[in-house]
Amino acid sequence: MSKVMKALNRLLEWVDARFPLTKLWNEHLAKYYAPKNFNFWYFFGSLALFVLVIQIITGIWLTMDYKPSAEHAFATVEYIMRDVEWGWWMRYVHSTGSSAFFIVVYLHMFRALLYGSYKQPRELLWLTGMFIYLALMAEAFFGYLLPWGQMSYWAAQVITSLFGAIPAVGDDLELWIRGDFVVSDVTLNRYFSFHVIAVPLVLLGLVFVHIIALHEVGSNNPDGIEIKKNKDANGIPLDGIPFHPYYTVKDIYGITIFLILFSIVVFYYPDMNGFFLEHANFVPADPLNTPEHIVPAWYFTPYYAILRAIPDKLGGLIAMGFAVMFFFFLPWLDRSPVKSIRYRGWNYRIALIVFVISFLVLGYLGMQVTTPVKTILARVFTIIYFMFFLLMPLYTSTDNDKPVPDRVRYP
Amino acid sequence: MLFATASFAAGSTLAGYHMKVDTSDIKSLQRGARIFVNYCMGCHSAAYMRYNRLGKDLGITEEVLKSNFMFGTDKPGDTMNIAMRKSDALGFFGIAPPDLSVIARSRGVDWLYGYFMTFYSDPAKPFGVNNLQFKDVAMPHVLWELQGTHKPVYKTVTHKDGTEVEVIDGLEQVSPGKLTPEEYKATIHDLINFLVYLSEPAKLQRQKIGIWVIIYLLSFLVLAYLLKNEYWKDIN
Repeated sequence: MSKVMKALNRLLEWVDARFPLTKLWNEHLAKYYAPKNFNFWYFFGSLALFVLVIQIITGIWLTMDYKPSAEHAFATVEYIMRDVEWGWWMRYVHSTGSSAFFIVVYLHMFRALLYGSYKQPRELLWLTGMFIYLALMAEAFFGYLLPWGQMSYWAAQVITSLFGAIPAVGDDLELWIRGDFVVSDVTLNRYFSFHVIAVPLVLLGLVFVHIIALHEVGSNNPDGIEIKKNKDANGIPLDGIPFHPYYTVKDIYGITIFLILFSIVVFYYPDMNGFFLEHANFVPADPLNTPEHIVPAWYFTPYYAILRAIPDKLGGLIAMGFAVMFFFFLPWLDRSPVKSIRYRGWNYRIALIVFVISFLVLGYLGMQVTTPVKTILARVFTIIYFMFFLLMPLYTSTDNDKPVPDRVRYP
Repeated sequence: MLFATASFAAGSTLAGYHMKVDTSDIKSLQRGARIFVNYCMGCHSAAYMRYNRLGKDLGITEEVLKSNFMFGTDKPGDTMNIAMRKSDALGFFGIAPPDLSVIARSRGVDWLYGYFMTFYSDPAKPFGVNNLQFKDVAMPHVLWELQGTHKPVYKTVTHKDGTEVEVIDGLEQVSPGKLTPEEYKATIHDLINFLVYLSEPAKLQRQKIGIWVIIYLLSFLVLAYLLKNEYWKDIN
């Protein structure tokens, strides 16, 4: 061993006597055993973490030049786009990153539905994940106001006005949330504060808890079989492999593919035809001029369609709330003894397909101007959406599930 | 009525007006910049754009910038502002002419094309013109001397309930302009091309850089793939 290595080893020993560095490294990477049969769907957890880092870093740089005031906000975004060196790149990475975050998180959640990752013993893992999803929605909502374009302004105006539908406290609540009678400079300032510090702190805390919970119970896998049931003499799962180096190198590969797709958007389609950056948001916010067609960002449109499908404002608000909240109860609504869709019967398979279709159709309808036909469609698919959850105890407990093998299938 | 539904408020675009622009065509951008400065900047600012950025991106020297593009006391580092006061503009037009820095991003190319092509004489309007894309627009047809003047051609449409309504079927040239229709179209193309550039000067950079970023990532992908396979050999 060279002198340098000896010195480094001594340094590591010194640190380890004072801080569990080697212990943490082993517990969470080098001796954290993950199932060896992860497939495509298992890239999206690490990708979500990667996008979070991208958003924080680009966010820090954008904050250096952005001014959260009604007078300057729109102009400073254009200043970043034109006069700040590489400012356009930071801004596009951040704006594309917010859409990418939702794409990745939706696919990550879909993975859980495919393979029953929310089921016992991962209920808390699922719940912490759902809280991350809520925090992410809050983060996106607050951030969306900051460019101070027409769509920023009016989307915030519409969403905050929903709180006015709550009986008794509604009007006061609406005023309290905005800090003014309409969305204004005051609102912009507090949303900036929420977006750059309050919600990110919560997000980071929740992500930490999510990963601790994951590493306590261990990852699920496409077969939905607990690898901890089959261990060798040393107590190492027979179907497990150390996360590092196997999944670190695999995730680097996955992240590179993600970055290629991401860069194509950032450099060639940054506004994604109005989906990632809306045309109306290139008109400065004007409190006196309501755009004809107000839509939230694409990742909220399924819920927006549900909100509009209910003829009553408060009813719509409650339905929208339930549409999100039902996800929290999945671990207890699902009565099937089988986790993975590979061994589930057709009840669940069909229910999941129909649910995904209803989510996508609602997402589409949420972007459209309402017509009588589209409103009826939205109502039908809202009912289908809720049936997925409400009927789940029934169709999962009576499903013709297949026998689950003892060991994971690989490859 | 036909066009009222497809006008400003809904933000939709007139049928039949599609244009492709190419912001890498620097000569076209230069011509467009000239039209913009000569015809638009009397009333419209581009307050987020700096003259020297324009010079740098479009290959215009500072002397030419100063003599042909900038007004009196402007300095190259200034943004493209105008002297007209908002209060005056309100008196002249009833509405302040909007800043055009990002107009191509909010309106879109096809909308602008339809707008510049469809001014027509309408004696009921203060400036004697109306527009098919932007009904009752407050702006006069600034380019009329280039395009010439047009009048609407009407046709009668019978509704389902039997009522007959006159709608504009198309436009017909009344007097010729300095330019032929083809030349005018080419001029509008340059102007819109410039407006697209003006809306996002970084477009010139990002399209050039992007390909190298993607090539780098693709070659890194090969390494990442080989590295993954090297490790995963043990598992397989």
